[in-house]
Amino acid sequence: MRKSLFVLTLAILIIAISSVSLAADVVKFGISEPMTGAMAVGGVLCMQGYELAQEQNPTVLGKTVELVLVDNKSDKVESASAVSRLIEKEGVVAVFVGYGSSCAIPGGEVANKAGIPMLSASATNPLVTQGKEYVFRACFIDPFQGEVMARYTFENLGIKKAALLVDIAQDYSVGLANFYKNTFEKLGGEIVSDMKYNTGDQDFSAQLSQIIASGAEALFFPGYFGDVALIAIQGRELGYTGKYLGGDTLHNPVLIELAGEAAEGLIASTFFAEDAPVIPESEKFVKLFKEKYNETPNAVSILTYDSYNLMLDAIERAGSFDPVAIKDALAATKDFPGAGGSITINENHDAVKPAILVKVVNGNFAYETTVNP
Amino acid sequence: MSLHLVLQNLANGLSLGSLYALIAIGYTMVYGILRLINFAHGEIFMLAPYFLFYGVLIFHLPWWTSIIAAIALTAVTGMLSERIAYRPLRDAPRISVLISAIGVSFFLQNLAIVIFTGIPKSVHRPAFFKRLFQFGEIRIQSTLFASVIVSTIFLTLLIYIVYKTKTGLAMRSISTDIETSRLMAVDVDKTISITFAIGSALAAVGGILWGLRFPQLFPLMGMMPGLKAFIAAVVGGIGNIPGAMLGGLLLGMSEILFVAFLPALSGYRDAFIFAILILILLLKPDGILGKNVQEKV
Repeated sequence: MRKSLFVLTLAILIIAISSVSLAADVVKFGISEPMTGAMAVGGVLCMQGYELAQEQNPTVLGKTVELVLVDNKSDKVESASAVSRLIEKEGVVAVFVGYGSSCAIPGGEVANKAGIPMLSASATNPLVTQGKEYVFRACFIDPFQGEVMARYTFENLGIKKAALLVDIAQDYSVGLANFYKNTFEKLGGEIVSDMKYNTGDQDFSAQLSQIIASGAEALFFPGYFGDVALIAIQGRELGYTGKYLGGDTLHNPVLIELAGEAAEGLIASTFFAEDAPVIPESEKFVKLFKEKYNETPNAVSILTYDSYNLMLDAIERAGSFDPVAIKDALAATKDFPGAGGSITINENHDAVKPAILVKVVNGNFAYETTVNP
Repeated sequence: MSLHLVLQNLANGLSLGSLYALIAIGYTMVYGILRLINFAHGEIFMLAPYFLFYGVLIFHLPWWTSIIAAIALTAVTGMLSERIAYRPLRDAPRISVLISAIGVSFFLQNLAIVIFTGIPKSVHRPAFFKRLFQFGEIRIQSTLFASVIVSTIFLTLLIYIVYKTKTGLAMRSISTDIETSRLMAVDVDKTISITFAIGSALAAVGGILWGLRFPQLFPLMGMMPGLKAFIAAVVGGIGNIPGAMLGGLLLGMSEILFVAFLPALSGYRDAFIFAILILILLLKPDGILGKNVQEKV
């Protein structure tokens, strides 16, 4: 009896010690992504990138990286509490909020206040990093994206009359549409109709009837791809014959599946296209991604893949897990060889990268052109 | 605004309103008989097109068989939800049943997220439902005609069941007084089960037509249409079947016309609709066609 008690105590002691030493060898990266709710698809794509990167480069400064995921349910408030839980309860050294500006903005506020470095993979709204010492991103921002699309509409397509259909519940959509409008009007084009909707709306017949009657030749609708798919279908049903244009959220194979023929000819700006001129890093990524997931890689996964590696690189350059040192290293990033193109962080903590335009041809995204900053 | 645009928007309004009307009938019927606002109606509505989707996709059933199977399955789900979540609360205060209904609603929503995932699914529509009817420059989706025809058929059927059959008699007696009906040898549980089956079947038909009109399925797709149908039922006078139809049409029409005439405010159309609900409740609490029934003491 006494002996077995001794063995038991010993066993508990050993487990306790080993778990302590185990904990000392682990460093946690906190991830807050929309795994459920309207943006759930984006969250899944994000995780594919993080997990692939972690598999490839599992250690930093001799410690094993552990990914801690908290679902932010596609919600602004949930995103803020997810980040504070990661920082306060899990004690993470870095935070990632990769998908959705409306989640990355409140998440960034919390991380910045706590003084923990945060990196967003694909949130493009300027407010994500604006005035935040500790928040960075691995992608270009909406003013650039909006400008690229407006120029493309006016100069390459030769269209003078464009319409907007904006999701007022998404900071991303409102911001991007504004930047598009500013450039388009500066170039001499006219926004003939500026309509609004809310995420999750299913009937767009009233807005589309108005847009068609306004004589618009191009419709710019930066929004969630599920809503956009319904808009594209209903637009064609109601007799809209012009172009469909949008931002990076539309570069998603599910959009084509949902919209079918209505998506043909749709043009979107994005971060990465599989058939774009390649660099060695993206070739490697495409190969690894196809091996692991057996599907075509997407722009969001490549950015989360890059943001994980960028954070690792910054920690190595910093030489410690001190948040201030990591932050400074991130800010000093220059020509980091990312799979989605090289990344240089500018003074606003945004990545300077070219935009890639893709077009739906025969039910697939095809590379259209590259626009350099 | 040109005449053509006004007419097109009227067609849009009718098309949306007829769908709201169809969902609202089911809502109002359950309320009329049980005095229960079944908040899970929107989720029952969402399940039907999913059943249809999987029937066609996985079991390779032909369209019409799959539609019938989907309606039957949805009706069974509705009956089950009543059996599990409402029947045990038959003698509890009304507020408990209401809370239970909200619980069923959340449960079905999250169950759908787990089973069907949050990724939206496309609906492959049979050729007829892709067709458009063009009158001059006005374009009307074929689902409008389908929903008008289906609504008429179901309304007639419903009125026949409620007013001409023995089950209908039982339903009406339960709506007046459950206890007395039970004393008069009315099988209360069975009648309420039938009521839920019919109400859920109506939601299923609405859900399937909705899926054909807006060909995209996602687990939360029933939430807004469910709430709107509830508003439609209240506006028309809850418990009143023709009132629900009228309310649905009015609601769809005012939503579209709100956007058409105030394009700058188009993002606030749901706020506008809920404001209408509040106004109606303040000015005419019994709805347009509702009767002013005194609570029995």
